Amino acid sequence: MAMPQIKPVESGAPEIAVSAKNISKNYGDVEALKDLTLEFPKGQLTSLLGPSGCGKTTLLKIIAGLLEPTSGIVEVNGKAVTGPGPDRAFVFQDFALLPWASVLRNVAFGLELRGVGKSEREDIAAKYIKDVGLGGFEGSFPHELSGGMRQRVGLARALSVDAEVLLMDEPFSAVDEQTRRKFQEDLLSLVQNENKTFIFVTHSIEEAVYVSDQIAILLPRPSRVSDIIRPSDLRTKDVDNIRRDPEYLDTVDRIWALLRTYVE
Amino acid sequence: MPLLQRLPIRRSLLLKLLSALLVFGAWEIAGRVPVSYAFPTFFESMSALWTLAIEGTLFSAYYDTLKPLVIGIAISAFIGIAVGLWIGLSSWFDWLFSPIFIVMQAAPLAALIPLLVMIYGIGLTSKVFVVCIMAMPVIVLNTAGAVRNTPTNLVEMGQSFLANRVEVITKIIIPAASPVIFSGLRLGVSAGFIGAILAELKITPTGVGDIISYSRSVADYPSMYAAIFSIILLAVLFLNLLERIEVTLFEGNDRGYASD
Amino acid sequence: MVVFGYRLPGMSSLLIWALVWELVGRSDMSFFVPPLSEVVTTLFSIIGTAAFQKALYETAYAFVAGVFFAVVIGVPTGILMGKNRLIDELLLPWVNIFLSAPLTALVPVLMVLFGFGMKSIIITTTLFAIWIIILNARVGVMQINRSLVEMARSFGATPWDAFTKVYFWAALPEILGGVRIGVIRAVKGVIIGQLLISIVGFGALFELYSNNFLMAHFWAVLLVLFALAFTLSEVLAWMERRLSYYSSKR
Repeated sequence: MAMPQIKPVESGAPEIAVSAKNISKNYGDVEALKDLTLEFPKGQLTSLLGPSGCGKTTLLKIIAGLLEPTSGIVEVNGKAVTGPGPDRAFVFQDFALLPWASVLRNVAFGLELRGVGKSEREDIAAKYIKDVGLGGFEGSFPHELSGGMRQRVGLARALSVDAEVLLMDEPFSAVDEQTRRKFQEDLLSLVQNENKTFIFVTHSIEEAVYVSDQIAILLPRPSRVSDIIRPSDLRTKDVDNIRRDPEYLDTVDRIWALLRTYVE
Repeated sequence: MPLLQRLPIRRSLLLKLLSALLVFGAWEIAGRVPVSYAFPTFFESMSALWTLAIEGTLFSAYYDTLKPLVIGIAISAFIGIAVGLWIGLSSWFDWLFSPIFIVMQAAPLAALIPLLVMIYGIGLTSKVFVVCIMAMPVIVLNTAGAVRNTPTNLVEMGQSFLANRVEVITKIIIPAASPVIFSGLRLGVSAGFIGAILAELKITPTGVGDIISYSRSVADYPSMYAAIFSIILLAVLFLNLLERIEVTLFEGNDRGYASD
Repeated sequence: MVVFGYRLPGMSSLLIWALVWELVGRSDMSFFVPPLSEVVTTLFSIIGTAAFQKALYETAYAFVAGVFFAVVIGVPTGILMGKNRLIDELLLPWVNIFLSAPLTALVPVLMVLFGFGMKSIIITTTLFAIWIIILNARVGVMQINRSLVEMARSFGATPWDAFTKVYFWAALPEILGGVRIGVIRAVKGVIIGQLLISIVGFGALFELYSNNFLMAHFWAVLLVLFALAFTLSEVLAWMERRLSYYSSKR
């Protein structure tokens, strides 16, 4: 950057990794997003929660650089987003694995596109395959894996490029309930251990409250941020007790009260 | 347990044999009645086939028949896939060329044969052309359709992991399209067989077409039926082989998404 | 294709190709390609002639009769195969064989068995169309949603009611899809039959024009034939799209 940047330093408040400023997105006459502003603190997990059609996936794809906003800008670490970049990695709702490639090549695919040499990228990929619990499946193909295992491959692929921001588009919606619970627990320890910023799209209130540091409630027609909720004490609790915690239950109820009028 | 697992396979094999027996038996009986002076029995036809084979007539005939077919398919595959990829990738090219192939696909292109004979004579060129016009449209349209229908999520995945346009095409679009391209080739071969035989029956009798025409003119019906039987058998076996290859080569390619 | 924000209709590029044809024809590049305008003028002059109308009538007759037999025999056979496992296993190998077999090779057999005439051409047409119709009807019946079958049974439908009110309609989109492909194949079959048995219909006309090197006449007939075939396939595709609303959600 040629221009010297002045960083606003706020003591106490967490550093902002991603900020969306006055984002609007129109499809013809349809307003998918209208003047939406939202900040995502570094090292934390922010959920985008809302009923279908509220533009949460659109917002995520704009942050990813896959879609261009009609107006407004997205900044990642102060730099404006103009397209997909090495600082962000995407986890897809329907996994988006290459069906003709082995698990190893799928996980290494992001590195392959960045021009990392074959042996190096396969070493990195093998490490992340183990990390997500798929050790031994390196040579398998996507169709030989269950839905949950496929999403672990998608997750390993996103982790292996070592991006600062992980964008997750309803990553657990296509897996069964038990697998989803395991994923949610794993996600919590991932947020804790990796110093990454997570942006997580979901339509499940319980899931959002369980995994998030910050929940942005998006409402449709016209799409906007209605509330930002920070479940303050939950993160210090043991994962096994979160679902029994009064704050957890209250937050779920509060969000439902906000959303119920928008459910047809 | 292994026995139980093998049982359904054995049943379907048995039924296939039974089915073949019924049809060939009906052929034999119809030939013995006979339903027509021009309807030889199954065994007469098969022994004629055997004679043609040991005399070597059959093999030299197939050399002549398969030559335009192989050349025509090779040309159609090369040009067809290239044009199809281009149509699938460029909306301008799509607008310009798709209509031609759509019309070709629907139209009875066999009607062009008299014209081809007028222009290129009765030699190999005309026959290769016949195979090409029959085989090309389906190859082009399948390739273009496959490219156009590349799953959006795979392309978006590539883009989000920083693939450039060339990488998206070579690493995502072409591999994703290859099963459909291959099945287009198979359909092209199938149409090519129709073209090759049509060329031999309509333009000049050579190869298998010659055996068919000649034995018909001298009323040697068993040989005629034998030649027809052999070409249909060859085509069906070869297309089946291609289908097997397709299944093993692209196993699981259309799966692996969230839907299952 | 979008030019200056205006969307060009799908088939509009054919106008450009018509122009190219005209220019190539005018340039006298090839004796075999007369200008399009000349072909069209010839077309109007021959369209009223008895020979052309006879060819058109004979072709239409063989085509309609061939498709009729293909549908009337093919659809019930396919439904039967979908419902009865034994019949299915006995017939399916043969349907698959004839679906991919080069049926042109059978035309000489038809010629010696049924003579050089209309009968052979009708049978050729039927043979080209019938296999895909059988196969699609079979698939249509086999993939009827199980819960739909159970719904009919749980509401106490008689077998006849279940068949006429549920099964047939549930399989209809696939059956019609098969008929559409079958009809397109029948167009090719009727022309191939006429070319090989070239004393009937357009086959005879092609023979006459090509022997006398009447290029404009030849192209005029080709133009009519291709236009008819294309229109037919587009109309059928349009009808299938109109019907697809109820096959999409079930």
